Amino acid sequence: MSWVDSSLNGQVIALQLKAERAELIAGNIANSDTPNYKSRDIDFRTEFERRISSEAGGALRQTSSLHMAPEGARSSHVEYKEDGAGEDGNTVEAEREQTLYTKNAIQYQVSLQFLNSKIRGLKLALKGE
Amino acid sequence: MSLESVFGVGQSALTAQTYRLNVIAENLANAEVAAGSPEEAYKGQYPVFKSVFSEIDGSMAMKVAVDGTVSDERAPRSSYEPGNPIADANGFVYKSNVNSVQEMASMMEASRSYQTNIEVMNTAKDLLMRTLTIGQQ
Repeated sequence: MSWVDSSLNGQVIALQLKAERAELIAGNIANSDTPNYKSRDIDFRTEFERRISSEAGGALRQTSSLHMAPEGARSSHVEYKEDGAGEDGNTVEAEREQTLYTKNAIQYQVSLQFLNSKIRGLKLALKGE
Repeated sequence: MSLESVFGVGQSALTAQTYRLNVIAENLANAEVAAGSPEEAYKGQYPVFKSVFSEIDGSMAMKVAVDGTVSDERAPRSSYEPGNPIADANGFVYKSNVNSVQEMASMMEASRSYQTNIEVMNTAKDLLMRTLTIGQQ
């Protein structure tokens, strides 16, 4: 892994995770009227730490296409919300999901901002002005 | 990039809510239709949604789809109208079991849901547009 990779890696993983969360929460909002639907989410901190450690080589790696994929190496661990089910067994609370979605969108932009400053820093270092 | 699948999810929700609005319009339109027997009276229809999981592109998105409609099996409203040509032997006609107030509330819910999903897609669009300009400033 080159030094450019390693300096950007954390922010890139954070961005990916936030995009995944946006997708999950959008699914929750879309399914707010689906009977028996359980609200889904990922825990950012645990997922982030898991990805960071697997990228750093701490986890199993596939060195041949014949190898089995290590359990859950790519896909995130999705958690289901079981409490607060209404009469139809749906656990989506629309207001809560909307707040989560907005919060996540802001956090995504924060990550973008950080990534941009990193790139700017790298450019500056390369130019040496 | 998984932000793109937000559009797929949002679009599925828009389709589902549109379907729901259609069914509600149908119910409201037929609310006052009279029939000569309880069996012939219009029965309120209710859409049932289901979630669809497609893992084709490795996305974890849960889309929504219409599973079908169920009809309201409550008894129709009977109304005494002996002058009505389709009234039965006792002078009754039978009107739908649609509760207009309930339908109106359901309609507002559907339209709110629609708006929310559009908002979700707009936010995803903004985020993607910003992502495209990474490293340009």
